[in-house]
Amino acid sequence: MACFLVPAAEAIVTAAAANIAKNREKKISPVCENAEISVNKEEAKQYKIPFSRKLRWLTNLLLGGSVLLLFEHIWHGEIAPYFPFLTAASNPQDAAEMLYEMGTAGVAMALLTTAIWGVMLLVAHIAERKSNACERAEGNIQ
Amino acid sequence: MTLLLSVFAAVISTAVWYKNAPDDKMKVGVLCWMFWGASIMWFVDAVFEYIELGSEFFKPSPADMLNDAYLGLSVIALALVIWVVVLLIKDPKGSVRAALFKNKK
Repeated sequence: MACFLVPAAEAIVTAAAANIAKNREKKISPVCENAEISVNKEEAKQYKIPFSRKLRWLTNLLLGGSVLLLFEHIWHGEIAPYFPFLTAASNPQDAAEMLYEMGTAGVAMALLTTAIWGVMLLVAHIAERKSNACERAEGNIQ
Repeated sequence: MTLLLSVFAAVISTAVWYKNAPDDKMKVGVLCWMFWGASIMWFVDAVFEYIELGSEFFKPSPADMLNDAYLGLSVIALALVIWVVVLLIKDPKGSVRAALFKNKK
């Protein structure tokens, strides 16, 4: 009925968080925007994907899905171009059903998307470690 | 049917993105995010529907299947329109700017 509103709300929050994170990263290293290069104690260069970019992956997933689901809800007549916009919100019984659906399916959508993003973060972390290990090994050979 | 169409669209767009990666001048990544996001959400929807209907979920009526297929194709069309708009606005190859200002020297 309006389950897509939960991931859409999460998308707005993550977009704001990504912007805040990007501003902080710019303050820390104003030269690099897409790739953060930090120097550790051994002065070895380490590649790290900025957290703001990772947050943008989640925002893109949530926002992209929400836009297409919004269209589906318009298709099924669950959204109208006049107030209160959600047809289920016009009477209390349908509104209760809508809220129940948002609390179950909507929350599950947001959680599954976030969990998949978590897996993406894990894969990215492993790739970062492998890349840094390769660079360190190449540095030792030279 | 909508879920199936969106998963196929997601897989195809991801394959196209991978073929050209890391270069993303055609902004195919936009399509990947949209289709994968929608596929995840429709998958959750399908799971809830399966819990409610049981095995009947796998026996939709031909009219329902046709309507869902029509919806799925419309969703793909909408995503493609959004992608074209993003591509023309971001204009990574500078083609739109070049076409607009070709007489200006």
